[in-house]
Amino acid sequence: MSLDRPLTRNVRPDRSPTDLAAYEANGGYRGLHGAIGKLTPSDCLQILKNSNLRGRGGAGFPTGMKWSFVPMDNPSGGHKYLICNADEMEPGTFKDRLLMECDPHQLIEGMILSAYTIQADVAYIFIRAEYIKATQLLREAIAACHDKGYLGKNILGTDYSLEMHVHVSAGRYICGEETALISALEGKRANPRAKPPFPQVSGLWGRPTIVNNVETLCNVHHIIERGADWFQSLGLTADAGTKMYGVSGRVKNPGCWELPIGTPVREILEDYAGGMEDGYQLRGFLPGGGSTDFLTTEHLDLAMDYDTIGKAGSRMGTGTMIILDDKTCPVGFVKNLVEFFARESCGFCTPCRDGLPWCAQVLDDIEQGRGLQEDMDTLARQVEFIGAMGNTHCALAPGAMEPLASGMKYFREDFQRHIDGAGCPWCDGGIH
Amino acid sequence: MSDLIPIVSVAEAALSEEKAALSGLNAVLSEAELTAIDREISHVPYRSAAAIDALKIVQSHRGWVSDENLRAIAHHLEMSAAELEGIATFYNLIFRRPVGNKVILLCNSISCWIKGCDNLQKKVSEQLGVDLGQTTPDNRYTLLPVTCLGACDKAPVMMVGDDLHEDVTEQAVQTLFGDHGGGGE
Ligand SMILES: Cc1cc2nc3c(=O)[nH]c(=O)nc-3n(C[C@H](O)[C@H](O)[C@H](O)COP(=O)(O)O)c2cc1C
Ligand code: SF4
Ligand code: FES
Repeated sequence: MSLDRPLTRNVRPDRSPTDLAAYEANGGYRGLHGAIGKLTPSDCLQILKNSNLRGRGGAGFPTGMKWSFVPMDNPSGGHKYLICNADEMEPGTFKDRLLMECDPHQLIEGMILSAYTIQADVAYIFIRAEYIKATQLLREAIAACHDKGYLGKNILGTDYSLEMHVHVSAGRYICGEETALISALEGKRANPRAKPPFPQVSGLWGRPTIVNNVETLCNVHHIIERGADWFQSLGLTADAGTKMYGVSGRVKNPGCWELPIGTPVREILEDYAGGMEDGYQLRGFLPGGGSTDFLTTEHLDLAMDYDTIGKAGSRMGTGTMIILDDKTCPVGFVKNLVEFFARESCGFCTPCRDGLPWCAQVLDDIEQGRGLQEDMDTLARQVEFIGAMGNTHCALAPGAMEPLASGMKYFREDFQRHIDGAGCPWCDGGIH
Repeated sequence: MSDLIPIVSVAEAALSEEKAALSGLNAVLSEAELTAIDREISHVPYRSAAAIDALKIVQSHRGWVSDENLRAIAHHLEMSAAELEGIATFYNLIFRRPVGNKVILLCNSISCWIKGCDNLQKKVSEQLGVDLGQTTPDNRYTLLPVTCLGACDKAPVMMVGDDLHEDVTEQAVQTLFGDHGGGGE
C-alpha cells in the first residue's frame, strides 16, 4: 500500500514553491471545479462532517461541527468571513510555514471551498510578519486566482463571489487565539473576547466568522474532492486523515513530515527524526508545542492522535514534538516556557498577568540556586489556580501551566536537586 | 464679572491653537503615507479600525513611529492619541523608538534554547557591542528577542532584516558581523 500524503504531494525536496501551473498540472483546483456550482454548500458541509476532520490548530475541535453553527440564512445580506489562522507562534511549532511556503495554492483552494461551504464572501489570511516569503507567495497566488476566475466576482461563472486578503500581523503570540485575532484584525489591542457570543455567530465586525488553522484548511479541498470515506481511511486510529508531525531538539534529523494520523510516537521519533543525537538520551517530550504536558519514555508506543495523547494526560496540540534530553535541565526548560508565556500574556486578567511572572520568578530562583522548599508548594498552588479552565479569560495561562505541572510531576527529583544543592546541576556541567 | 472675559478668550484661544496644531498634524505625514492609509481606511467600517495598518505604513516609511507621527495618525483616524498609543505599544513589531537599518530577531523560544540560543545571543552582543533591545552606535543593527520563528528543526535561528538564518553557529555570527566595528572590543 503506497502512502497517501495529500498535504505534501507538491512539496519538493528543495522546498521550492509550487506555482499555479505546476499545481494544476498535478490535479490542483479540480476540487474547486467539481464543487462550486455543482455541490451545494450543505452537500459540502455534510462531507466535511462525515470526514471527521478535526482542527489542526491545537484544540482538535471537529471542523464540520464548528462550521455548522454559522447561520446560513442571511436575510440582511451582510458579510460572512472566513479567516485562516497563519500566526504560528506556538513554541516548537513549524508546520504551517512549510505548507504555505511550498504549496500556497493548496491553502487557497482549501479556503475557497471552505468559504463556499459557509457562504462567506470575504476571506482573510492572518499571517505573522516574520513569514515574509509565505506572505509574498500567497499574495501572488491570490492574484493568479483572480486572473483565472477562481477568486473575485462570480467564480467559475456562478453567482458565488469571494474576495481574499492577506493581513500581516504586527506581532504578539496572543494574536493566534482566535478571538484575539479578530480583535487584531479590527485594529485593536489583541485581547481575547468572552464567548459566547461565539465567532461563528458574532465575530469580525459582529458578523459570522470562522477561524481555522492553515493545516485544517489545506485538508478541505482533498476531502471534498475525494470524499469522507477516503479521508477516514487515511488514519491509523479513530482519528481521520494525515497529520503534519514534527520533531525538534537533540535528535539526529529534526524535521516535519506528513504521516497517517495515529502514527506511534516511537516511529516518528526513530524512523523519521532518526533517534537521539549521539551522546544524548531521551528523558521526555512535549507532544505538540510549548503548551502541552510532558510525556516520557513510557509513552513512546502511544499513537499520536487526539484521544490517545489526551488519555495519557497531555494533548496532541500542534503535533510538533519538543524533545527533552538528559543534558538539558528540565527546570531551565520549563522556565524558558513559563517566561515566554509570562512575556506574551495580554495583561487582561489577573491570574495570567500577575501569576505567570510570579511562577517565572520562582522558577528562576530555583534555577539560580535560591530556591526554597516551600517554592514547590507555591508553584503547585499556582498550577491549581491558573491551570483551571475558567479562572482565566483565555487558554494562554492554563496552557502555560501544562509543561510546569507535568514537569514537576515527572522531573520532581530534578527540581529537588536544585533546591537541595542550591544550584543547577546542569549549569555546573556547563550546558545550561 | 469682567474677569470672565479674558478667561473665555483664553479658552477660545487655546481651542483655536489646538485646532491649528491639529491641522498642522496633517502636514506631518507624507502624501504617500496618507494615500496608503486612506486605502486601508476604505476597506474597514470605521476609520480607527485601520489603526494597526496605519502604524505599519508609517513605520515602513520611517523605520519607527515617533510621538509626533503617532499624534498625526491618531488625528487622521479620528481617535485619541492615548488609544492609539495603547495599540502601538501592544504589538512588538511596532517600534516606538528608533531602530537600526536592520533589526535582528533572535529566537529565544524552547527549541532554540535547547540548541544554545543563550550563548548565541552573548556572541551577537559581544560582536555588535549591544544588549537585547539596543541599537549599534552606527545605527546598523538593533538586537531583539523574538518568539519561535517556526523553523525549530533548524534551531537555533535568527532573522537579520528580512533574511532567516538557520542552524546558526557562533562561527556564523562571527562571519556575519565580523566586519562590524560596533565597539565590541
Ligand atoms: C494563546 C493561544 C495561541 C494560539 N495560537 C494559534 C496559532 O498560532 N495558530 C492556530 O492555528 N491556532 C492557534 N490557537 C488556537 C486558535 O484559538 C483556534 O482554536 C484555532 O485557530 C482554530 O482552528 P482549528 O479549528 O482549525 O484548529 C491559539 C490558541 C491560544 C489560546
Ligand atoms: S489568560 Fe492571559 S492572555 Fe488570556 S486573556 Fe487572560 S491575560 Fe490575556
Ligand atoms: S523555537 Fe526557535 S524557531 Fe521555533
